[in-house]
Amino acid sequence: MNRDSNGYTFGFAAAMVLVVASVLAFTASSLKDLQSENVRKEKMQNILSTIGVETDREGAEELFNNYIVEQLALRNDGTVDENVDAFSDVKLALELKKDVETQRFPLYVASVEESKYYIVPLRGSGLWDAIWGYIALDEDRNTIKGAVFDHKGETAGLGAEITQQWFMDRFVGEKIFDVSGKLVGISVSKTNNDPNDTDKDDHEVDAISGATITGDGVSDMIIERLQHYLPYLKATPADLAYNN
Amino acid sequence: MSQPKSNKKPAIFFVAKEREPLFSKKNRALLKDPLDDNNPITVQVLGICSALAITVQLKPAVVMTLSVIAVMAASNVIVSLLRNAIPNRIRIIVQLVVVASMVILVDQVLRAYAYDVSKQLSIFIGLIITNCIVMGRLEAFALGNGVWKSFLDGVGNAAGYGFMLILVAFFRELFGSGKLYGIQVIPDALYEMGYENNGLMLLSPMALITLGIIIWVQRARNRKLIEKN
Repeated sequence: MNRDSNGYTFGFAAAMVLVVASVLAFTASSLKDLQSENVRKEKMQNILSTIGVETDREGAEELFNNYIVEQLALRNDGTVDENVDAFSDVKLALELKKDVETQRFPLYVASVEESKYYIVPLRGSGLWDAIWGYIALDEDRNTIKGAVFDHKGETAGLGAEITQQWFMDRFVGEKIFDVSGKLVGISVSKTNNDPNDTDKDDHEVDAISGATITGDGVSDMIIERLQHYLPYLKATPADLAYNN
Repeated sequence: MSQPKSNKKPAIFFVAKEREPLFSKKNRALLKDPLDDNNPITVQVLGICSALAITVQLKPAVVMTLSVIAVMAASNVIVSLLRNAIPNRIRIIVQLVVVASMVILVDQVLRAYAYDVSKQLSIFIGLIITNCIVMGRLEAFALGNGVWKSFLDGVGNAAGYGFMLILVAFFRELFGSGKLYGIQVIPDALYEMGYENNGLMLLSPMALITLGIIIWVQRARNRKLIEKN
């Protein structure tokens, strides 16, 4: 057989494409359940870690069902959309592209040993790609109980450090509203005013050197997402008294 | 490929009649050569881009090494099996398709069974496709050699690549973050005395400089690598 003929070349290419396509399609669809299970449990794990519940992926589901008492899909005006399941129906990556009025904002309410926490999922852009995370607010809906961040492709050793525990711990105790009750969020600050994050009333955490744009992405993501929850968070003003 | 002018030890492997033993001297050279004399990174200067990108920490470098070994061994074997069937005019495309499919397979399997590792490597696993070493070995070796030899060649070259990756990552993580494999090794006492991690080690230029120093050391030890002219 002439390996250099056009017919053979086309035939080979066609056969190759068919074989490769079927092998890949078969692998992808047979592993899909395992993969999405991993993603689902990781999400539960992340949500739990913001309220200080550490678990491995296997135990995540049980603890999640124990601690998360409400899963709300909020409209932009703060009312709850009963027809949407916050955990499985709302994909923030897709949601962010929608108009604000049609977006649904997921909110998880956790109850741990008599205390109530409000967990807000975050999503924004870092330097290279998407960054996301969860931020848990205390019962006063102001003080941060915990935060967790993750990213798709930030630079290892620089931007990717936002996933490190020491960075996430800096957010604990910071407040998202200023004294006048205005939402200010938390900014990742390069000023080096408070390198050890001892001042918990400055609405700032210390930035990571070499990760300016990722850090700005974190600040922007927090304020952008939180503002949509204002109607809900402010719904009972009595809870919002500024605690010094 | 240059064969090493190695010390003449008697072959202690049994010699089957008319068949080359599995680990004959030639075959062992396929494994050993890329580790030093013919290292893909320091001698052939291939795969530099990924050597810069994923050597900030040891762990991703180690996982990357394992993934590249799997991808290179598998695609070398496949291309070697097909070497008499691949039409010459589209051979590069065929090689690319083989490598790309292998990479996607590795990525999918990692995501299902080693989710944390796959998260660690994120985009870099996809970038194995663009690693010049993989395509280079397919074109230069697997297309013209038998399956077993191609397998050894794939493993050897990937190991040679990974060896350099891990070496560079070792120095970058040690001096850049004071850690090895994520565990702090530089004692707190040293930091209190004023020692600081070198932030430059985390950036790409220092990977190149580290690599340059490694090449220097390697050539000082292995004189036959020094160009004559």
